[in-house]
Amino acid sequence: MRILENLYYSTEHEWVRVEGEKAYIGITDYAQHHLGDIVFVELPELEAEVEAGTEMGVIESVKAVSEMFSPVGGTIVVINEALEESPELLNEDSYENFIAVVEMNNLEDLGTLLNPEQYEALCAKEEQEGK
Amino acid sequence: MILKRTPLFEMHQKYQGKIIDFGGWELPVQYEGIIKEHHRVRTKAGLFDVSHMGEIEVKGDQAEAFVQNLITNDAKRIVPYQVQYSPMCYRDGGVVDDLLVYKFSTEHYLLVVNASNTDKDFDWIQKNAFEGLDIKNVSPDYVQLAVQGPLAESILQSITDFDLKTITFFHFQPQVNIADVPCMVSRTGYTGEDGFEIYVSPDQAAYIWEEILRVGGEDIAPIGLGARDSLRFEAKLPLYGQEIDKDITPLEAGLGFFVKLDADDFIGREVLQEQKQNKPQRTLVEFRMKDRGIARSHYDVEKNGKKIGWVTSGGYSPTLEQNIGLALIDRAYADPGEMLDIIIRNKPVSAEIGKGIFYKKKTKKTNGNESRNRPLTQ
Repeated sequence: MRILENLYYSTEHEWVRVEGEKAYIGITDYAQHHLGDIVFVELPELEAEVEAGTEMGVIESVKAVSEMFSPVGGTIVVINEALEESPELLNEDSYENFIAVVEMNNLEDLGTLLNPEQYEALCAKEEQEGK
Repeated sequence: MILKRTPLFEMHQKYQGKIIDFGGWELPVQYEGIIKEHHRVRTKAGLFDVSHMGEIEVKGDQAEAFVQNLITNDAKRIVPYQVQYSPMCYRDGGVVDDLLVYKFSTEHYLLVVNASNTDKDFDWIQKNAFEGLDIKNVSPDYVQLAVQGPLAESILQSITDFDLKTITFFHFQPQVNIADVPCMVSRTGYTGEDGFEIYVSPDQAAYIWEEILRVGGEDIAPIGLGARDSLRFEAKLPLYGQEIDKDITPLEAGLGFFVKLDADDFIGREVLQEQKQNKPQRTLVEFRMKDRGIARSHYDVEKNGKKIGWVTSGGYSPTLEQNIGLALIDRAYADPGEMLDIIIRNKPVSAEIGKGIFYKKKTKKTNGNESRNRPLTQ
């Protein structure tokens, strides 16, 4: 399972890559692995306002429907429409394929997120509890 | 609650199955991934642990008459070593369970029932038993494996001297040595592919499992419950709790073929007879999503903002590469071509009713033997 440096992570298994005021958001390798074959992605709407921790999309695998949350607040400025046609991209490389870009309205949201070491510890804990 | 393990639990660990709680059983939902496993069964072969299924033995002079009374199909139409699929109903026509009837003789049957229904079924069967019958829940005596897929026969044939071609669709042999282990083998399954179900004693199960994987090599792999469900769904095979249930009759679920009203009396017959005459108010339809979205079991189905039914099974079909589903809806809206709204996360998403949109089963095998002894099921 891969965890990249230079990213922020949420406890809901999203990653955030910050470029200025913009936050690229996707799901982690751990998340895609646990979801299994992803067959459907419901993206947020462009220009929608999101609050940190609220639903911004839905990811469906063969077996399960999972909500995706925005780790930061702001406005959706880009959505990755390629995922509508090819949801399996998230299984192939969940870090290369972001879900959406949020123009952040509060940079302090980033302070609530996990660093790679903390996220790795979270995954290890969940893995243990899951078994 | 303590989860039950099948005698193959160590095999699931060895092959790195992702273990889940499945109706109280610790079983693998997947090994390599549901879609990959799904395609493997459609194109090559897969090995399933279905030991959680229940087996109930019925013996006695009156066994045939009793089984006949219990199920909606006509048990008298099958000969020894034939298998029959049938719903088993309550008096109100709702379904207790669907099962496979293995006939050894008119005095000896084995009923194979759904895992989570085994105790309920056993109670129901005992409650309705005729006097003098010997009825036993023999589930712990059997491990059940399924070998399914176009290469199933050739793989299995390589470890048995028994000519498997002589076991035709929905027939079985009580004594087949597989890798020198005595097994009961039927040409049955729950995938829409050709294949076999193997009943073996628990202490030999892991050995047989390993032997099948060994001789199958690259052509076979263990398959989890996720693909078992996607395979059965895509082939439009009913699942208890979804297409059929205590509140859904077999006629509503499109299983009229397995309700033989002209046979001897059986539990639920009166209600089903009446329902057949008046046509059931609800019926099961196939649909294809027209807009983006995946229909899931128990989502509401609406027409002009009014609820007309619900999705029984729905999802992505890996072989057809489409989002399809089955819904139990008001008969008035059930014609092919009708548009439906599937309510997905509070939003209506458009779907169209079709016919024949599901995967065409590859199960029917014909040869000389079968023309004399036609399978009466499916």
